[in-house]
Amino acid sequence: MLRLPPFTYLQPTTLKQALRMKSDAGPDGMYVAGGTDLYPNMKRRHQEPKVVVALGRVRGLRSIRADGPTGRRARDRSNRPTAQPPNRLVLGAMTTLTELAAHPHVNARYPVVARAAELISTPLLRNMGTLGGNLCLDTRCNYYNQSYEWRKAIHFCMKKDGDVCWVAPSSPRCWAVNSSDLAPVMVALDAQLVLAGPKGERVVPAGRFYNNDGINYLTKQLDEMLTEVRLPDPDGWDATYHKLRRRGAFDFPVLGVAVWVRWDGARVADARIVLGAVASLPQEVPEAARAIVGTDLSIEAVEASALAAFKPSKPMDNTDFGLSWRKEMTRQFVKRALLELRERRPS
Amino acid sequence: MARRRSEASGKAPLTLEVNGETVELAVTPQKTLLEILREDLGLTGTKHGCELGECGTCTVTLDGVPILSCLMLGLACEGKSVRTVEGMAHGAELHPLQRAFADLGAAQCGYCTPGIMLAAEALIAGNPSPTRDQIKDALSGNLCRCTGYIKIYEAVELAAAWMRGEEARPREESLYGER
Amino acid sequence: MANAKGGPAERRTSDRDAFARRVVGRPHRKVDAVAKVLGSTRFADDLALPRMLYTRLLRSPHPHARIVRIDTSRAAALAGVKAVLTGQDLPVAFGILPVSQDEHALAVDKVRYVGDPVAAVAATSEDIATAAVDLIDVEYELLTPITSLDDALRIHEPRIHDYAKHGNLQKVTDLEFGNVETGFAEADHIREDVFFYEGSTHLPMEQHAALAEWSPDGKLTVWASTQTPHYLHQRALARVLSVPASRIRVIACPNGGGFGGKSDPMNHEVVVAKLAMVTGRPVKITLTREEVFYCHRGRHPVLMWVKTGVKQDGAITAMHFKSLLDGGGYGSYGVASMYYTGALQTVTYQVPRYKFQGARAFTNKAPCGPKRGHGTPQPRFALEVQLDKIAEDLKLDPAEMRLRHIVPPQTLTANFLRVGSVGLGACIRKVVDGSGWTTKFRQLPHGRGVGLACSSYICGAGVPIYWNDMPQSGVQLKLDRGGGVTVFCGSTDIGQGSDDVLATIAAEMLGVDLPDVHVVTADTSLTPVDLGSYSSRVTLMTGNALVQAAERAREIVATYAAAKLEVPPHRLVFAGRRVFDGGNSERGVTFVEAVQLAEAAHGTVVTVGSYRTPTAAGRYRGAGVGPSPAYSYSTAVAEVDVDPDTGIVRVERIWIAHDVGQCINPVSVMGQVEGSVYMGLGEAVMEEMPYRDNRNLMHKIPSMLEYKSPTTLEMCDVVTYLVEDPDPNGPFGAKEVGQGPLLPVPPAVANAVYDAVGVRIDEVPITPEKVLRALKDKTKGGVPRFGPTRFPEVPWPEPIRVPPPWEGGDGSALGDAGRQRATAGEQPRTRRSDARQPAAAGRASPVSDREDST
Repeated sequence: MLRLPPFTYLQPTTLKQALRMKSDAGPDGMYVAGGTDLYPNMKRRHQEPKVVVALGRVRGLRSIRADGPTGRRARDRSNRPTAQPPNRLVLGAMTTLTELAAHPHVNARYPVVARAAELISTPLLRNMGTLGGNLCLDTRCNYYNQSYEWRKAIHFCMKKDGDVCWVAPSSPRCWAVNSSDLAPVMVALDAQLVLAGPKGERVVPAGRFYNNDGINYLTKQLDEMLTEVRLPDPDGWDATYHKLRRRGAFDFPVLGVAVWVRWDGARVADARIVLGAVASLPQEVPEAARAIVGTDLSIEAVEASALAAFKPSKPMDNTDFGLSWRKEMTRQFVKRALLELRERRPS
Repeated sequence: MARRRSEASGKAPLTLEVNGETVELAVTPQKTLLEILREDLGLTGTKHGCELGECGTCTVTLDGVPILSCLMLGLACEGKSVRTVEGMAHGAELHPLQRAFADLGAAQCGYCTPGIMLAAEALIAGNPSPTRDQIKDALSGNLCRCTGYIKIYEAVELAAAWMRGEEARPREESLYGER
Repeated sequence: MANAKGGPAERRTSDRDAFARRVVGRPHRKVDAVAKVLGSTRFADDLALPRMLYTRLLRSPHPHARIVRIDTSRAAALAGVKAVLTGQDLPVAFGILPVSQDEHALAVDKVRYVGDPVAAVAATSEDIATAAVDLIDVEYELLTPITSLDDALRIHEPRIHDYAKHGNLQKVTDLEFGNVETGFAEADHIREDVFFYEGSTHLPMEQHAALAEWSPDGKLTVWASTQTPHYLHQRALARVLSVPASRIRVIACPNGGGFGGKSDPMNHEVVVAKLAMVTGRPVKITLTREEVFYCHRGRHPVLMWVKTGVKQDGAITAMHFKSLLDGGGYGSYGVASMYYTGALQTVTYQVPRYKFQGARAFTNKAPCGPKRGHGTPQPRFALEVQLDKIAEDLKLDPAEMRLRHIVPPQTLTANFLRVGSVGLGACIRKVVDGSGWTTKFRQLPHGRGVGLACSSYICGAGVPIYWNDMPQSGVQLKLDRGGGVTVFCGSTDIGQGSDDVLATIAAEMLGVDLPDVHVVTADTSLTPVDLGSYSSRVTLMTGNALVQAAERAREIVATYAAAKLEVPPHRLVFAGRRVFDGGNSERGVTFVEAVQLAEAAHGTVVTVGSYRTPTAAGRYRGAGVGPSPAYSYSTAVAEVDVDPDTGIVRVERIWIAHDVGQCINPVSVMGQVEGSVYMGLGEAVMEEMPYRDNRNLMHKIPSMLEYKSPTTLEMCDVVTYLVEDPDPNGPFGAKEVGQGPLLPVPPAVANAVYDAVGVRIDEVPITPEKVLRALKDKTKGGVPRFGPTRFPEVPWPEPIRVPPPWEGGDGSALGDAGRQRATAGEQPRTRRSDARQPAAAGRASPVSDREDST
């Protein structure tokens, strides 16, 4: 049986405690949320924290709540707080993926978030895995997500214990791929991520939370913790997420396409198109977005956008399926996502 | 007590409820619920197929929610209620899912069966009349290599009917094929 | 020519059928089902003994290397380590086939694939054993790895094994049944096609495990997740450990899935036995999932070339089939696998002249072996896709064309396989009618399509792996004075329901209820031999052995019951837990009373039964593979949805009909059919064993996540038809069902993809990349096809010429070609081509010069 290595396990109950424990542990410490990413990695010995700070008992992190005044206003107007979802939602990082996918308010106001959450792995993993865990998911690679013995046989790779990136051996950096389904969605939505640190709280847009580097893939400081995600006001825009993978369950995306559009009548006033699983970060493709801004999502605009997204999409040999097909699918999936939004175009 | 349990590197005490019985033991932090069930409590009905969360074989329910025991630390289960296949039968009487799985041959080698039954039980608890597609979704995290899942769906449907109090019987085509 | 039957044959009546069957043929809970749903079935890893030690293996990080030096001192010094073994401790070679005794429990001088076991540690915990393994220092001298079939043909040195026939070709064969050139000359149409079938693995949910206990009185007990306790016992443990077989007991635990992957005696099973002997403590090992990928023994990747000549009506005039198998690092069942790729082409449609050339290569990958369908899904794929092309060329409906040319029942084929009952016609008609074939084929909108394929499989290998005159199956039956019936049999339940087959037949024949029957199986000390759960042999062979034992028991019981009841014994009926006069059911005694009468007069009521297969008709070299007491038949229609923009294939539904002869337990038969469809579907569209030939020939994806096994969301709907065409050689007419229904699935899917979008994918898995590539080629005006284009030059030996029955052949080869000879002129590089055996193997066992089968 594959087993975990020994470690010290800490279960703080307050944020303050958690931050202190993590800070005390230094670089040997890691947070664990649902454990569905960290524990397999520890069993394969490619993440080796000596101290694991569990966030499961930290109060206040597992919640879905209305954001301040906007939410109150919604309730005041309707006077039926349970029937009328609040406007802006704030998602606690420890919210499980199952909760996120099933939550009525999320489904009503941010169906794209519920949809992306529902597409992650399996129902069992979604019962354990969390929003924060998925957003901080370790980058993945076929050369990295292997047992110690396997990696030793190829003299390891630069992400762990070695110095070469086998995906691109002449590359100075690691090409492990961001495999989160929620990350491209949050970047497309321009969600705001709240980071708690020893010096207090700061808010970063999701698009600035990631680096295009398989090793240093988060801009988060070592002792910072992602505590919540603030979603934008749900009015006036539409979004969708399309995921490509071999099987309908278990599999990480080999391509994720998140598209966000702000409508001005039947015209696209603003847009963001973000690709998942083609780079070490959720990759925004501004040229693809530009191709639809100002249009009414005509077929020509959709085709132009899909082509614009296809060009910079550079899948690497780090996941399932062949590279050229995955690249080709960028065009198809962007097109499909845009056609779906076109179906819902306001008249 | 609670303070002591908040930090553990050696063995720490753990109290949890397993199939309705309180158990107390001392475990190291790295010990998963799977290992505790099988190795400390002798409940070998919970199986394992990868220990990495990639197959669903080790599924148990934790406070009624199906989870993967291979990725769940024992210490994270403090005070919680665990249900394994050994807890399904009511005394000497099989659980409706157990009856249906046995009658329909939904357990071939029987290795994925405990996990699948627990996932199915949680599904039925929240949805007494699941459709075929809902069953497929709910069991999409449990691999089976023997059955092609067909008999499993049929068994879940049959058991759900029984649990609704209906006098259901297997379809003839499930038992003999189409005529 | 059209000999297919219109439907299931009339059920034969015999004395067994004088009264309606109460158990056989009726769906019921398997005898072991309750334990399985309770979670109380004890699989190998569920066992634990006091003082038990845990084992981990050090495996090779190199695909091909010589071991220069191993230093185990640091590992041995680690606290908690009780023993460390290397190949020097287990020097005797073993292997499942007599012709390939090429494995060692731990590598002695060379490693042949990444994952080849090199050393072993027994320690007080798994963690300590794991840590200790990492402290073993091995110095390797790297050798050129043989990465592919092309490498194996091109690179003769270094050789992976010295005993290979030609460089790195383990075995080559050339069999000719009639002059195919004459047949091609008579043909109206000839096709030549090349196909490739990718390798895949069994992926049983249970990882292999074994536990060994050594007693100071010189007795060894091994519990293991093995499908073949007999071979583990006799052919590996007794040989390698130098312990007399009489002092070794092997208990096969119920297998958590096998599919062929637990059919070889495995390194780790021998290792824990030796460690138990060395340490005097029980020793257990449970492999990790990654290690299960290295054990492999799965589907051989096979490159195939087929040339078939047909008349205008699709009648085959001749067929020439070539196959080249990528065997991986060891022999395993591979020689048999190779012969199987050429054996069963003749049992579905009439093939008057047939030539088969086969070769198996060694490469530095995990060894291939028998996976569900052993060696036959690959040629079946090639044959059925080619027939689909032929039907199109001839403008015939592919179902109709197949129906016209089905092998008649009671046929002796060109290669001397004796076919009994043939329910293939009924199978084709069932799925054609059920699927709405005639309204769908070539008529569905672009992107949707249907495809049809047929197949046949053996019901047990006609020849045992080790040629001998003893039975292949034995049963001992004990009737207890309390009315209980105990069946003792060496068969191993791997989930297929073999324990239930025994219970069902016993209950049926002795007229007791299923709960009255106790089944003791898979224990080499308690049970008479059964060779193992492979080659779909168990229902037929153990069933027949049990029928014999039960008839003998009934005779004993009837004798004394008849005396008491004053009726002739032959009139007695066993039913309803009673023994009574068939003419007057009131006149009878309870079964308990009848047994007690017999026990009082006769003594303990214990009988035995055994089964041997009929003598094979073929007497040429290679004739050992293919003969079977009976052949099952299957037909599948697949309906698919192909997305022309992505190439993604979704199999919506499969209609499958299977001729099982007679169901013993229909619900189990259904499960076997559905499970076979599942496994066939996985091979058809997503499963494969990829290796990184640029990185140490590592297995690319040794995990449940990346090896793509279909989930509930990929599994198609299945509509199953059970065709019962009883075979005179089967118990109650029963034939196999565990493997055959897999075979038509991949070709049916490939044919459906063609119907949907007009491209031929001549290899599996049919991935979206391949479909999209072919669609693009089609758009560009290229060949609308994805697949291999050439079959390489292979140094074939002199053909063995066997005239088919209709040319007066008697099953023997012409002249002395039956003794395979070197083709010296073709292969000057080859040092020797006679069947030299490794020294250790030659010493331990008089290896038969017959070819072997599984």
